[in-house]
Amino acid sequence: MIESIRGRSLMSLHDLSRAALVEILDTAESFVEVHRRTVKKVPALKGRVVASLFFEESTRTRLSFETAAKRLSADVLSLAVASSSVKKGESLRDTIATIDALGIDAVVLRHRSSGAAEQVSRYVPHVRVINAGDGLHQHPTQGLLDAFTIRQVLAQRRGVNAVETGSTVFEGLRVLIVGDVMHSRVARSDIDAYVALGAQVRVAAPGTLLPMDIDAWPVEVVGDFEDAIEWADVIGLLRLQHERGAGSFVPSLSEFTAIYGLTASRARRLRPETLIMHPGPINRGVELDSTVADLPAAIIERQVSNGVPIRMAVLYLTVAASPSEVV
Amino acid sequence: MASVVLRNGLVVHPDGAEIADVLIVDGRIAAVGRDAGVDPPSGCRVIDATGCWVGPGFVDLHTHLREPGDEAAETIASGARAAAVGGFTAVLAMPNTEPALDNVALVTYVLDQGSRAVIDVAVAGAITMSRAGERLAPLAELAALGVRLFTDDGVGVQNAAVMRRALRYARPLGVRLAQHCEDAALAADGSMNEGALSSRLGLVGRPSIAEEVMVARDLVLVRSTGAPLHFLHVSTARSLDLIVRARAEGLPVSCEVAPHHFTLDESACATYDANFKVNPPLRSSEDVEAIRRALRGGDVDAVATDHAPHAPQRKDLPFDEAPAGVLGLEHAASLTYEALGAVGSDPQRFFAVLSRNPATIAQLRRRDARPRHGAHGGAVEVGDDGNLVVFDPSERWVARREGLQSRASNSPYLGRALVGRVRCTVVNGAVVVDEGGLT
Repeated sequence: MIESIRGRSLMSLHDLSRAALVEILDTAESFVEVHRRTVKKVPALKGRVVASLFFEESTRTRLSFETAAKRLSADVLSLAVASSSVKKGESLRDTIATIDALGIDAVVLRHRSSGAAEQVSRYVPHVRVINAGDGLHQHPTQGLLDAFTIRQVLAQRRGVNAVETGSTVFEGLRVLIVGDVMHSRVARSDIDAYVALGAQVRVAAPGTLLPMDIDAWPVEVVGDFEDAIEWADVIGLLRLQHERGAGSFVPSLSEFTAIYGLTASRARRLRPETLIMHPGPINRGVELDSTVADLPAAIIERQVSNGVPIRMAVLYLTVAASPSEVV
Repeated sequence: MASVVLRNGLVVHPDGAEIADVLIVDGRIAAVGRDAGVDPPSGCRVIDATGCWVGPGFVDLHTHLREPGDEAAETIASGARAAAVGGFTAVLAMPNTEPALDNVALVTYVLDQGSRAVIDVAVAGAITMSRAGERLAPLAELAALGVRLFTDDGVGVQNAAVMRRALRYARPLGVRLAQHCEDAALAADGSMNEGALSSRLGLVGRPSIAEEVMVARDLVLVRSTGAPLHFLHVSTARSLDLIVRARAEGLPVSCEVAPHHFTLDESACATYDANFKVNPPLRSSEDVEAIRRALRGGDVDAVATDHAPHAPQRKDLPFDEAPAGVLGLEHAASLTYEALGAVGSDPQRFFAVLSRNPATIAQLRRRDARPRHGAHGGAVEVGDDGNLVVFDPSERWVARREGLQSRASNSPYLGRALVGRVRCTVVNGAVVVDEGGLT
C-alpha cells in the first residue's frame, strides 16, 4: 500500500491507501480556490516542465491536465501525436528519449496500450510519470476526480467543509456502476478509489461485459439494473466502448439500452438525491438518455470542471512535493 | 583420422549409465568403455568429462531460425551457433518464415544453408500453403526431401475439415503433423493468460480454453484418421490431461513442453515486459506445476525450446503490440535439469526429453537413415554417429545478454541463476563447443 503519492509516479489507484487518496482530495480542494481568482495561477511548479503526451484521442483529460499544469506555472510541452514523428514510426522509447533530452520533470501519458505508463517510467526513472489512461488498465485521475466530486457535492448538501469530512461521506455510500465494466479503465480506477474510501460498490452489466474475474473484485454483481436503482446513492454510468469492439459483446445497442441504459422511465424511479455520473464522452441514447443527462442530479459537467483541481493536486504532489515535505 | 575422446564421464545409455570413455573416430563412435580412451590414436583430442554427463546431443523440435525473411532477428547460422552452445546437435527449423516453408525451393534453401551451419538443421514443412489453413502444402514432395514433421506453427490449422484432410494425406507418407493448439477466435488478440491478473493489468486475455478446445478437437480427428500427431508447446494442465488419456487409449500422439512454460508463470507479465510475452502465454502457477510434474513423471515426450528471436526494437513495444516469443536454445538444458530436480535429476529422463524422444519424433534416429544429416538421439554405442553432448551438472552460472550467441536478446532469463551447463558439443565427430564456448 502506498501511503502518499508525494514524489512518486502515479500509475494506478489499485495500491493507494485511504490516506493517500484523502491527501490528494484535500490538496485538490485547496486548488479549487485558485479557479475563483482573477489571476488563476500559483507559482508551485514554476520552472518545472511537464510533458503532455497523448497517443490516443482525448479532449477533456488532455485539456484539464494542461490547464492544471499551467495554473501551477509549469511549462508545458505538448506532443500532438498526429503531427509528430510517431506517425513516421518512431517508437515509444525514442519519443520519450527525445522529450527527456529537452529536460522534463513529469510526463502525463495517455496510451491505448495497458502498461504504457509503467513502461515509460522504466525508460525515464528520474521523471515522474502520471498515467492519464492506459488501455483497459487504469485512469487514476478520473477515479480521483469522481471521488472528489462525490465528496464535494455531499459535503455541500450537508453544509460542511469537504476537507473536514475526510473520507466520512464514503462510509457506507452505495455506489452502483453500470455498463461496460470489462473494457473500462475508469471502472477499475473508480472501484479502487470508492472501495478504499469505504463505499459499498455494486456493478450491473451484461455477462459479456463483466470482467472474467469479477468474483474476486470487492464488489457485488447485481443481475438486474432495475432492482438496484432505488438502492443507489450514486450511479456511475460507463461508456459503451465501441472502439474496443464492445458492440459485439451485446446483441444490439438497443437491447443494451433497454436493459442497462439509464432511460427516462428508469430515471423516474431514482430517489431525488441520487447522483448520476458519467466519465464522458457520453453516447447519448445508449447508456444514458439525453434528457436524463441534463437533469440536475447529473453532475457530469462538475466532474469535468473538477478535473483541473484534481490534476493540479496530482502534479503538485508527484512533482513538487518530496516525500518528506509537508504542505 | 580425426578423433576425439570424452574421458571419464557418466555415459548415459537409454537403460543405464556407466563411468566410461567414449572414443569417436571419423565422425562415429568407435569405442565406449572404462578404458576406451586410455590409449587414443595419435592426434586425438582429449576432453576430460570427469563429473559430467555424456549423452546423445540434444534435438530441438521447435526452433524459429527466422531465415528467410527476418534475418535481423536470427539467421540459420546464428541460430545454429546458439543451438550448439545449448548442447543441441540437431534442430528442426520451423516453417513460419517469410515466405513460409511450403515448397521445394525454400525447403531446399534452408537445408542448403543448414548444411553449412555448425549443427544439423532439419526442416519442418508447412501443412498448408502460406500457413493460411486452406490448401494443403506439397507434403509428399517435401517428404521426398527428407521432411518428416509438418506444422503451421505460429497458428493452428483452424478449419477442422482441412486438418482432417491433412492427417489423412500425411498418414501413408509416414510423416507426422504437429499442431500449435490455439483456437484463433478464442485466443483473438489476447496478449497474456486470461485470469485475475490479466483483468487487473488491463491486458486482453488468451484463455487456456483456446488451447484445450483445439487439443480436444485434434484428438477426435486423430482417433478417426489414425494419423500420428504431435502437440507443440502444451501449456495447461487440462491439455496435458487430455493428451495423457488419449495416449492411454492408444492414440498415436506425442507432446512437447517449452522451458518457459515449466519455469515461469503469468505473474512475470505484471511489469508489462514483452520479454515475457509468448504464445501460448505463460500460465497459472498450477499449470506450471502440472507441467513440471508431467516432465518428471514421463507424461511429456520432449522438451522443445520454441526459440523465437525478435529484433530488439520489435520487443521494445507496449506489451499488447509486441510480437510473442522468447529465446530458448541456450538455456533449455539448464532449465530442464532444474525442473527435473537438479541434483536429484534422473539422467535417463534428461536425455530422453532433450534428445532421444525428440529425435524419434523427428525421425532423426540411426534407423531412419536420413540423407542430409547425421543420426541423433542414439544409445551412445559403437557405430552411432558422433553427435554427443557433455553436460556438467554441477556448474552454477548466470544467464547474461553478453554471452548469447543468438542475434536477438529477447530472453526472459537474463540475470537468472542457472544450475548445470553444457560443457562440450560434438557434431558428427567434430568438437564445436568446448568449455562452454564455440571452438
